[in-house]
Formats: sequence, C-alpha cells, structure tokens
Amino acid sequence: MGYTLNFNLIWRHFDKLWGGLLLSLELAVISIAIGIVIGLVLAVWYVSAGRVVRTIIAAYVEFIRNVPLILLVYLVFYGVPTVIDLAYSAPTSFVVTLSVYSGAYLVEVFRSGLEAVPRGQLDAGKAIGLTPWQRLVHVRLPTMLRITLPALSNTFISLFKDTSIASVISVPELTYGAQWINFNTFRIVEVYLVTTAMYLVTGYALLFALRLVERRFRAAR
Amino acid sequence: MLSQILYALPFLAEGFAVTLWVSLLVVVLSLIAGVLLGVGLVYGPAPLRWAVRIFSDTIRGIPILVLMFFVYYGLPAVGLHLQSFWAAVLALTLFKTAQVVEYVRGAVASIPKGQSEAAMAIGLTFRQRLTSVIFPQAFRRFLPPWINGVTDAVKGSALVSLLGITDLMQAVNQVIGRTYEAMPLYILGALIYFAVNYALSYASRMLERRFAFIRD
Repeated sequence: MGYTLNFNLIWRHFDKLWGGLLLSLELAVISIAIGIVIGLVLAVWYVSAGRVVRTIIAAYVEFIRNVPLILLVYLVFYGVPTVIDLAYSAPTSFVVTLSVYSGAYLVEVFRSGLEAVPRGQLDAGKAIGLTPWQRLVHVRLPTMLRITLPALSNTFISLFKDTSIASVISVPELTYGAQWINFNTFRIVEVYLVTTAMYLVTGYALLFALRLVERRFRAAR
Repeated sequence: MLSQILYALPFLAEGFAVTLWVSLLVVVLSLIAGVLLGVGLVYGPAPLRWAVRIFSDTIRGIPILVLMFFVYYGLPAVGLHLQSFWAAVLALTLFKTAQVVEYVRGAVASIPKGQSEAAMAIGLTFRQRLTSVIFPQAFRRFLPPWINGVTDAVKGSALVSLLGITDLMQAVNQVIGRTYEAMPLYILGALIYFAVNYALSYASRMLERRFAFIRD
C-alpha cells in the first residue's frame, strides 16, 4: 500500500469541514423552505386551474426533473447574469437554484398528496358550512401535509446531499472544504473518510429525527 | 451568435456521445452488480447480508460527488491507478448499484409469502422456487423504479465533467469558455438533456404499462 493514514492535518483544518457542514445544512434548510412555498402554491394552483396553467406548471416540473442539477447551478450562476443585469453571490445563486429545483419535486409530492385527501373530509367541511378557503386551510392542507411528510423528509435528506454540488461554484460548504484540504495537504484518503463520515452521521441523524416527527403526526389520525 | 453555436455543434455531439456512453456503462454494470448483490441481500448468508446492507446504506448516504472525488483521488493513493474516465464510471456505478440493490430487495419483498409457501408445498426446490415463482413476479415490480432510475444515471453522468472528461456538460462549458455565449449554450445543453431524459421516461411509462401491472 505504501500509504499511512495521518489525520493530524485534517484536524488542523477541521474548521473548513465543520463550517462547511453547517453551511450545507443552512443551504438545504433555506432551499427546502422556499421549495415548500413554491411547491404548495403551484400544487394548489394546479389542482384548481385550467389547461393552460396546468401545462405551464407541468412544463416547469418536467424541465427541472430532466436536467442535471449541476447544469442548472451553472446556468443560474454563470448564465443568467449575462442576460439580466443582476449581481448575486454564489451562495445566493445556489439557494435560488436549489429552491427552484426542490420546488419542482415538491409540486409533484403535494399534488399527489392533495389528491389523496379523502373526498369525505371535504364533503364534511362543506356540510358544516366552511368556505372553500377554510376547507383548504383547515381540512385539505393539514391532511395533505400529514400524508406527504415522509416524502418531504426524504426530499430534505436528498437536498442536503445535493448541496455538495454548490462546491462547483466555490460555495464553501462541506464538499468544498474537503477539496480544499485535499488540494492543500494531499491527505486524500483521510479527508474523504472524515467527510464521508460527516455526511453519513448528519444524514442518518436527520433521517432519524424526521422519522420521529412523522410518527408523532401519523399517530394523530 | 447563431453561427458560433452551429460551429460548436459537432463538438457538442462528441460530448453528447460520451454522456450516452458513460450512462450506458453505468446502467448496464450497475444492473449486473445490483441484481447479484440484491439477491445476496435477500437470500445470502448473514455476513453477506450485512456486508451488502452496510455497502448500500453507506453509498446512498453520501453525495455522488464526494464518492466520485473519493474514488478519483483516493484510489491512486492506495496504489490503484485508473484513467479518470474509468474512475468516474466506477464511482457512478457504485452509486447506482446501491440503488439497484434496494429495487431488488423491494421487489422480492413485495411478493406475498404465500407464493413461496405454495411453491414449497408442490415440492419445488429452492432454485425452482426462485426462477419459476419469485423472480418472474419480482421482475415486474422491479422494472418501474429501475427504469425511472435510468434518467438519474444520465443526469448523474454530468458530474464526470468535474474530472475533466469531455461529456456534454464539459463540452458546453468549453464552448462557453471560447464564445462567452453562456445563456444560449446552457439552455441548449439543458434542452438536450431534457430531450433524452424525457424520451427515456416516456419509454419507461410505455414499458410500465406493458409489464408492471400484476393481475391479482
């Protein structure tokens, strides 16, 4: 093998990884928050809209889902500013991209969730005299959110992993930190072992926590 | 602008061919490895089951990009020298294999227990039970998620551009580096990926309709 593991340099630069991990989480949280808003609005709009709006929303969803995320990241960061006179930082650019990206996946999640709300609940809401808006806010959305919670947490975990793509536009998140240490210390195996462990521990901790939340809300049927 | 893009088209086509070649390799290799490991996960002895479980949960828990850098930069450090093309294919294949393992496990688990009990009752051997009863049914459950995952392989292949391989993504970036026509070229690139993946998912819906339906 001729390669001896030496983690000293990794610990010396560990702040790059730790700070990177926090930024990865931050990017994922902000993006899914915006993505949820996009997804909710478009899903509710979709189920009640005419054919033109439906086609436009479907086109957005299909386009985003069929194009590599890395290309969308480049397009927003390097492409858009050449057309529109706007200046934004790499992290902002990435958050916008990941929000639009997750929004497309969440439209589908919420749309199928809305369709899965039992018809009887809506009829019951109508029977006790709720207005359409009240039926949406107090009956349809809460039930739909419970149904879609597992899909929502899966999307969040996968967005957390997708934040690694931000490294291609030099956003200093976890993968970028790993590359920095890789190129500056050449402790290649060590840095990727530690980085892998950080992604795994964080990802599974998130999954575990989100499953607890799901159980809490599923029980309240 | 238009003439510059037209001029770049043959170059983009070469990159596109690399994208397709990488995707094809990954899809085929991961199918073979994933089915073998998946069957090992369901029917293998305990140590094999644990090994496959750990492999799958680890690989699926990290970003493909990290896996790719790990394989690309890490293997030479331990004395294994692969061309960047094959390092990229290896990393993407590892990732896809873990997914295929889960599709296989899910498909086999979805077959009611009564099926294999009935097969046992009429005296089929273990091997006959698998090849004549379980696998033909599991195949139909396996197909839809697997086919849907093929578009992921095409999208994932764009990451090989980061290892300096001139696939479609890298070709687009290089043409932009030369012409500074960022927006039109990114959109063109996106439309090419979109066309391929949309066609694939359309084909998958057709196949699904043909195969996936199990009449109870």
